[in-house]
Amino acid sequence: MSSTFETVVNIITETCDIPRENIKPESHAINDLGIDSLDFLDIAFAIDKTFGIKMPLEQWTQEVNEGKATTDQYFVLQNLCTRIDELVAAKKA
Amino acid sequence: MRLEYFQLIDRVVALDLESKTILVEAEVPTESTVFEGHFPGYPLMPGVLLLEAMAQTSGWLIIGLTNFTRMPFLAAFKTAKLRTFVKPGTKLALSAALEHEGSGYTVTTAEVRVDGKLVSNAEITFRLTEFPSPEFRTSMEKVAAAIAFPMQAHAHG
Repeated sequence: MSSTFETVVNIITETCDIPRENIKPESHAINDLGIDSLDFLDIAFAIDKTFGIKMPLEQWTQEVNEGKATTDQYFVLQNLCTRIDELVAAKKA
Repeated sequence: MRLEYFQLIDRVVALDLESKTILVEAEVPTESTVFEGHFPGYPLMPGVLLLEAMAQTSGWLIIGLTNFTRMPFLAAFKTAKLRTFVKPGTKLALSAALEHEGSGYTVTTAEVRVDGKLVSNAEITFRLTEFPSPEFRTSMEKVAAAIAFPMQAHAHG
């Protein structure tokens, strides 16, 4: 978990002009860090390539739009890292 | 190539769904109002239109890979390079390859060559959406037919 978080922090700092010290596990990528949709595409690309996964962004967006999930579940960084770990584990299984 | 209509691709030469690559060709027109301003007495194919040509090449690759179910919209260029001037009448060979197929987005690499020499290349990101309307898709199908896109294999799969 910690290594996933550190990797995601590195990706965010390399993609966006956000100071490392501002990025916390409880930070919301959009609401707290102000990452816009285009920068998030770059972050998603880097995460997908780094972890060898395909984050289901369209499914997550649909779930949020339909009220089945909150953005916190996918865009608070510690939750995002959990989702990444799940996708990595599913790929290995 | 019809610059004023943003039709920058003349013909799809090859679409390979296995290797996820496309090769197209386009000829820069000898005359266009674009050249009256870019530049007076020294006509050059605008670099932004070379970038657009690479984006359109990539776009047709994505449409092929998604079986004509998704519409790619340009989101970002990275490491775009315009290496040499391109003059009116030049025949361009454009190609694109899939770099990454994400969820709701796709990244490609594309390049433009003239007589085998690399003149421009870029990494391009697209957002993918449903076709905004049936009419939109129909209009894209007409363009596809005009540029010899292999519709029969993909349009209604």
